[in-house]
Amino acid sequence: MMNTMAKTTSTPTASQSASEANTAISASGIIRDFKAGQSTIRVLHGIDAEIRSGEMTYVVGESGSGKTTLISIMCGILWPTEGEVRVFGTDIYALSDTELVNFRLENIGFIFQQYNLIPSIDAAANAAVPLIAKGMAIEPARKKAMELLDALNIGDQAEKLPRQLSGGQQQRVAIARALVHEPRLVVCDEPTAALDASSGRRVMDLLRDVAVSEDRACIIVTHDNRIFDLADRILVLEDGRITHDGTDMPDGH
Amino acid sequence: MLWIAIRMLTGDKQKFYGLLFGIAFSTLLITQQLTIFVNLIERGASGVYSAPEAEVWVMDPVSRTTEVNYAMPATALDEVRSVEGVEWAVPHLRAVASVRNSVGDLEGVTIVGVDDATLIGLPESMIEGRKSVLSRPDTVLIDDVGVTKMFSPGESPIGARLELNDQRAVIRGIADAIPSFTSQVTLYTKYSQALNYVPGTRNRLTFVLAGVRDGETAEAVAQRISDQTGLKALPREELAQSGVDFIIENTGIPLNFGITVALGFIVGVAIVGLTFSLFIRDNIKQFGALKAIGVTNFKIAKMVVAQATLVGAVGYALGVVGTVMFIYGFSGNPTFKGFYIPWQIPFISLIAVVVILALTGWISLRSVMRTEPASVFR
Repeated sequence: MMNTMAKTTSTPTASQSASEANTAISASGIIRDFKAGQSTIRVLHGIDAEIRSGEMTYVVGESGSGKTTLISIMCGILWPTEGEVRVFGTDIYALSDTELVNFRLENIGFIFQQYNLIPSIDAAANAAVPLIAKGMAIEPARKKAMELLDALNIGDQAEKLPRQLSGGQQQRVAIARALVHEPRLVVCDEPTAALDASSGRRVMDLLRDVAVSEDRACIIVTHDNRIFDLADRILVLEDGRITHDGTDMPDGH
Repeated sequence: MLWIAIRMLTGDKQKFYGLLFGIAFSTLLITQQLTIFVNLIERGASGVYSAPEAEVWVMDPVSRTTEVNYAMPATALDEVRSVEGVEWAVPHLRAVASVRNSVGDLEGVTIVGVDDATLIGLPESMIEGRKSVLSRPDTVLIDDVGVTKMFSPGESPIGARLELNDQRAVIRGIADAIPSFTSQVTLYTKYSQALNYVPGTRNRLTFVLAGVRDGETAEAVAQRISDQTGLKALPREELAQSGVDFIIENTGIPLNFGITVALGFIVGVAIVGLTFSLFIRDNIKQFGALKAIGVTNFKIAKMVVAQATLVGAVGYALGVVGTVMFIYGFSGNPTFKGFYIPWQIPFISLIAVVVILALTGWISLRSVMRTEPASVFR
């Protein structure tokens, strides 16, 4: 498993070129400040990071370490104060607002901690939301979403409203929604936070099966140490800086 | 996305019905109150509309409406008849009197004396009896509002004897008249008979009703009458408008109805604004998620507009239907006789609904627009 952070050099080697071809996200010099009254708080301190396709990358750290801010910037929903983010080669913060929104719609799938399913539409329609947002008609979109729900073993729950589903089932619908439009990057925020240990592992196994592929990257923000062993790569954030980049958690964590 | 927007709206039934109620209630209040207001002030012209043949009304220069009048000398009739362009001219008397009915109750009434020979000045149609019955002695016709005010339900007024300013009067017909602004009982009789019923002042001719010759206009003839006689002469529409204006200027009705209409608007803004804001706030995470997924602000705005449009269309329709049902339900009551909904009133209500929804939708939309997609990760 590759676990080194790629650094641009003036004379790239063959392995570096292959690595760049495999690069999903390249973030360099990311600084993010937040205003708090009169003062400014720096949450990210010049982060350089690379996320590669075919890997399930965990971003871990304690609350307030900046991991949510980092992935928000990496997936184009929060502007960095300084720095550059390239997603599949595109400098996303050089895009116009509309181009950026469309870029997310085409390339990124989201799994939110609280699922954020729309309560008044059924599971199939919820899973089909990205397709509908792309302009697909309701029925074909639902049909495609159904295929994914079947693959996630909740096809029989497709016509139920979110409130009629268990937490794990809602999580699967959220996973289906994140993957239905076949994005190249999947971003998950605390996917196991609301689940017990066995359900959490099942969800992570499921994610590995459906979300990780050769041409797709998967980033997971978590502080759930029960699932650290399932990561291909772990980035540890402390006080807005990456302090570890490896296949396992460092000692002491 | 509009399908999702509508499902989001209708899925939360409590708020959806709350929004519908707010819009429907506002529409009902605004439409119904404006309808009553317009119909009520139009009653200021009922005296004019109840004498459909008259094209020009001639009166003392100080007279203002059919109800607020000052009598002229009887010679005014001949003066008017002598003006070129006048096809015919007949006397018309309008005065108030007190009537005592068979059980001794006292009622203020309007006496209308119409031309003995032609009966010009009577309402166009009769509900019961014939106009010609006025040729019989002491005969009066009563209007349908008068029947409900002076007689018990089911009791026939025909043949009832009244004591009218100490004179005998017998009701022998019911006229299909437009009620006056005050819904006062109106008794129609011949001009010569009316002179007996009203107190014996020197001048009792209150109006001269005139028709114009072919090729003349009512405006031109009225102007000619004014110039040649020194009397006030108005085409019927102008006198009708004077009656309406008199009520607007001299009563608190526009203010009262205006306050109610304003309250309808404010209640609409309050209910709809509050409910819509709650609805948006409850769904703010979902809107944030949609924005993160890749739904543009423009599409989100279209979703909110679609939700507001659905609520507005259904609520407005319910409100207008409610008003129609109200007017229809009371159409049998003579007080509401002839009430109608001019097309301008639903149009005004529609504008009010659009303003309410635009205002509340804009306020709600601002919070959605301000929501950062990154908020879904918090």
